[in-house]
Amino acid sequence: MKNPFEHLDKVLEHSVRLQIMSVLVANESYDFNSLKEILGLTDGSIASHIKALEKEKYISISKSFVGKKPNTRYKATERGRTVFKKHLDALEELIKQQKK
Amino acid sequence: MKEVQDYEKDIASIRNMMERSVKFISLSGLSGVIAGLYALAGASYVYYLIYYPYSPFGFRFYYANQSEVIIHLLTVAIIVLVLSIGTGFWFSHRKAKKLGMSIWNRASQQLMIDLIIPLATGGLFILILLSRGYYGVTAPACLIFYGLALINASRNTYSEVRYLGFTEIILGLISALIPGYGLIFWAIGFGAMHIVYGAVMHFRYDK
Repeated sequence: MKNPFEHLDKVLEHSVRLQIMSVLVANESYDFNSLKEILGLTDGSIASHIKALEKEKYISISKSFVGKKPNTRYKATERGRTVFKKHLDALEELIKQQKK
Repeated sequence: MKEVQDYEKDIASIRNMMERSVKFISLSGLSGVIAGLYALAGASYVYYLIYYPYSPFGFRFYYANQSEVIIHLLTVAIIVLVLSIGTGFWFSHRKAKKLGMSIWNRASQQLMIDLIIPLATGGLFILILLSRGYYGVTAPACLIFYGLALINASRNTYSEVRYLGFTEIILGLISALIPGYGLIFWAIGFGAMHIVYGAVMHFRYDK
């Protein structure tokens, strides 16, 4: 990688979005409440970051019902996984270069 | 512009999120130790029922092939199982509370599904064998299916669970090779090993 900065993703520079993507890349899918528990954030703040990730088509959303409760699940898309991987590689490369 | 420490922090948070989202970290080591004690108590009771006053390694006059004995043994096994699961839930619930997490999250659900499939298969398989008169395979089959269930579920919790799974499978296979010592292997696998691995997990993660 000649210039790792070019591979850093603007959307993922935000730490909450990066954390959400980490969870979704490590798991096949994740529901809203479990995501909230693990991130320790409010509904509103998670929802806004989710929206940003969805707009970029990094994640997909599926809504269903468990009994009467709505159950919203999130999945990382292929595009999301690729971008995440590139971003992670760039981060590692930057650390390597700056440590020299 | 971000500094190198920021990138390192990013990477650390990625790793942390991946681990925490996949792994059920509320699993209590202490409940493993207690489950081991229940199993040893159950095994001792069965020993008194079948072997006493002879050594469990020696020759015996009673064999576990009369239906009353079988029902008695099954009852003991089910009591041990129910108490162990109950204790596991209770202690893990306490640990989850301490960690500020819920016991019923994505990781624990996945853990349950991965455990239940091999366990239910093994349980039904053993009951079918018992009903057809194959008593000798009960202990090895219990150990082997339990070991497979643990290995299957281990990706959603601590790595010790995986090693416990391998240990149970090895014990089960040896037990199958040496018929007549099922109770001993059962006591080692479900009693002693739960105490050992439970204690390791307790000192590593619960402190």
